[in-house]
Amino acid sequence: MSVKPLSYYRERYIRFQPSPFCPGCGNGIILNCFVRAVDELGIPQKQILCVSGIGCSAWIPSPNFRGDTLHTTHGRAIAFATGAKVYNPDLYTVVFTGDGDGAGIGGNHLIHAARRNIDITVILVNNLSYAMTGGQIAPTTLHGLRTTTSPYGNPEHPFDLVKLVAAAGATYVARWTTYHVVELTRSIEEALQHRGFSFIEVLSQCPTQQRRLFGFRDPMRRLPSRILEMFAESTYIRGRPQRESYLYALPRGEPDEALKAVEDALKGLEASARLVDHISYGRVVRVDSEDLEAVSERLSHLSAVERLVDALEGKIELGVFVREHRPEFTESLRMLIERAGGMR
Amino acid sequence: MLKPGRHLVLGNIALAEGALRAGCRFFAGYPITPANEIAHYMSQELPKVGGYYVQMEDELASMAAVIGASWAGAKAMTATSGPGFSLMQENISYAYMTETPCVVVDVQRSGPSTGQATMPSQQDVYQARYGAHGDYEAVALTPWSVQEMFDLTVRAFNLAERLRMPIILLADGMIGHMSEKLVVPEEVEVEERRRPSGRECTPFDTDDPSLVPEMPLFGEGYELLVTGSAHRPSGRRDYTPKYLQRKIWRIREKVLRAEPELRDVVEYELGDAEVAVISYGASARPSYGAVREARSKGLKAGMLRLRTLWPFPEEVVSKLAEAVKSIIVVEMNMGKVVREVERVVCGRCEVSLVSKVGGVLPTVGEVYDAIRRAVR
Repeated sequence: MSVKPLSYYRERYIRFQPSPFCPGCGNGIILNCFVRAVDELGIPQKQILCVSGIGCSAWIPSPNFRGDTLHTTHGRAIAFATGAKVYNPDLYTVVFTGDGDGAGIGGNHLIHAARRNIDITVILVNNLSYAMTGGQIAPTTLHGLRTTTSPYGNPEHPFDLVKLVAAAGATYVARWTTYHVVELTRSIEEALQHRGFSFIEVLSQCPTQQRRLFGFRDPMRRLPSRILEMFAESTYIRGRPQRESYLYALPRGEPDEALKAVEDALKGLEASARLVDHISYGRVVRVDSEDLEAVSERLSHLSAVERLVDALEGKIELGVFVREHRPEFTESLRMLIERAGGMR
Repeated sequence: MLKPGRHLVLGNIALAEGALRAGCRFFAGYPITPANEIAHYMSQELPKVGGYYVQMEDELASMAAVIGASWAGAKAMTATSGPGFSLMQENISYAYMTETPCVVVDVQRSGPSTGQATMPSQQDVYQARYGAHGDYEAVALTPWSVQEMFDLTVRAFNLAERLRMPIILLADGMIGHMSEKLVVPEEVEVEERRRPSGRECTPFDTDDPSLVPEMPLFGEGYELLVTGSAHRPSGRRDYTPKYLQRKIWRIREKVLRAEPELRDVVEYELGDAEVAVISYGASARPSYGAVREARSKGLKAGMLRLRTLWPFPEEVVSKLAEAVKSIIVVEMNMGKVVREVERVVCGRCEVSLVSKVGGVLPTVGEVYDAIRRAVR
């Protein structure tokens, strides 16, 4: 990956500054990764069509990206993109969508485009809620989380979008977070080059709505980095060697008190404890040690600790999940035209 | 495609043939009775002329794909019936807003809801005019024969390009599923899209008196901003009131300015008529029979048949109100177009309604009786 100054990308690929996003939003990171991928591949800008629906994610390309953009109705971006791609297959057609837009109202179009294996790249920005409309429950909101429409905790369960889209037949499926910018950029490059339906879910921070979602009480300026650190803490990359010499102690009451109790209990052991945010468990005590057996023994009966959790338990898997080939939709259409004798 | 000359075909086939002749090269649809034969024919014939048939997952997606293809340069169409037409309304509104040329066919069936899927109606006439959200002026054409399924489809495509907007073809299950003579002409007049010639272009406004801007396409380097949100003439999203005010004014005004050429009515025996029947589509057929019957009995009856339903031909109906004693509107719904007629007539003559629902046509006798009552 070549290194160029930010101003290079801005002047070449970005139409308007500043962006319309809230301070600390993950959308800027994703736009950044996208234009770097495009630049790295040297795709002519006039050949790129960015299609988006409704929601914050839709504003990543429209009006920011300097290229053709089609900002459509809620949930339908993939269907609009299908028409454009079929009629002009030379267009690199990229759909920017969100979890509400792409997996909620537009879920049907998502699975059917995957099934057709049409050569479209879908970048689905998952901020775990309907952010633009005020932070309501989304089909990706974790069970129990508080939103503006689940003030007592979310009674629903989220989709695993990677499994959903893979099962529907997508031939390139990946998941990253806005913390993993290098991996995400490479993945977008790969997806753009892939002949077939490519899907990248990007877990993204939304300081505005996730503050409520995760019960964070910090000032706004602290939130983006705190959420990004949480993404790093709560994920692992498939196929990559994992450090497993740590565990989490889930507090029964106040996290600070649990930390103190854990520190006291670990005295004399080669171990360090600190508070971290975990997407599945909230604020927890992380204990790093080469002797986890001894750590478990000391912590298992602490009244301040509800239970102990293994390093990888409850974590979100990142990486590339599917990379395969089968006939692509627009190619199949062209073969069919050839068979019918309609080749121009 | 059918060879030029005479054919005995289904109305839906004539419609699809008209679309192909008008240059349609993209069709996206979802199966629904009584519009299916259009999709069958398009899936069979489009590949032969290098075009694309895509069966989408629903009507929301069909309408979306049509708009996407149109911006990629295609003359594009979808065909459905009432329930599917309802699902398309959101994206039809998007097409008005983004000024996207395309043709939407509604082969009307009998509702509400699933209703009588195989039987005709004219219940969607207001949905064609007001179904989509927001302010706009709709254009809807109503064929009454298999020949007109062909002719008006060609016209719909040409109007879509000329006005840069969706054109609604309001057929019905009766005409769609009827076989009749179709004469395919050697050549049809086809209008091409007006595209910008230079590198500079304002895709969403113009000084041209037609108020129809030139339309650039994706992939040509125009760095297009197409959005359903309020936008500047450049396409950039902007909620400043003046931009949307101008937009709404223009997408209505461009249709109103074109009204004289959009106006399309056929008059029968109106010269000395005291009673005029106004009808359109399938229900105009028994109406015509009744007018002939009345004339044979010496009653001074005539008929005004609307081939363009929207925009409503106010001037024509207004003149008619001055000339006749009574107007009878015949339609296969509980009375929709009759309201337009009453609005325009404004008490200057009697207005009555022959209405038929339940999936059946009004009969010649029913219309004739109404004429006789009106004459008395």
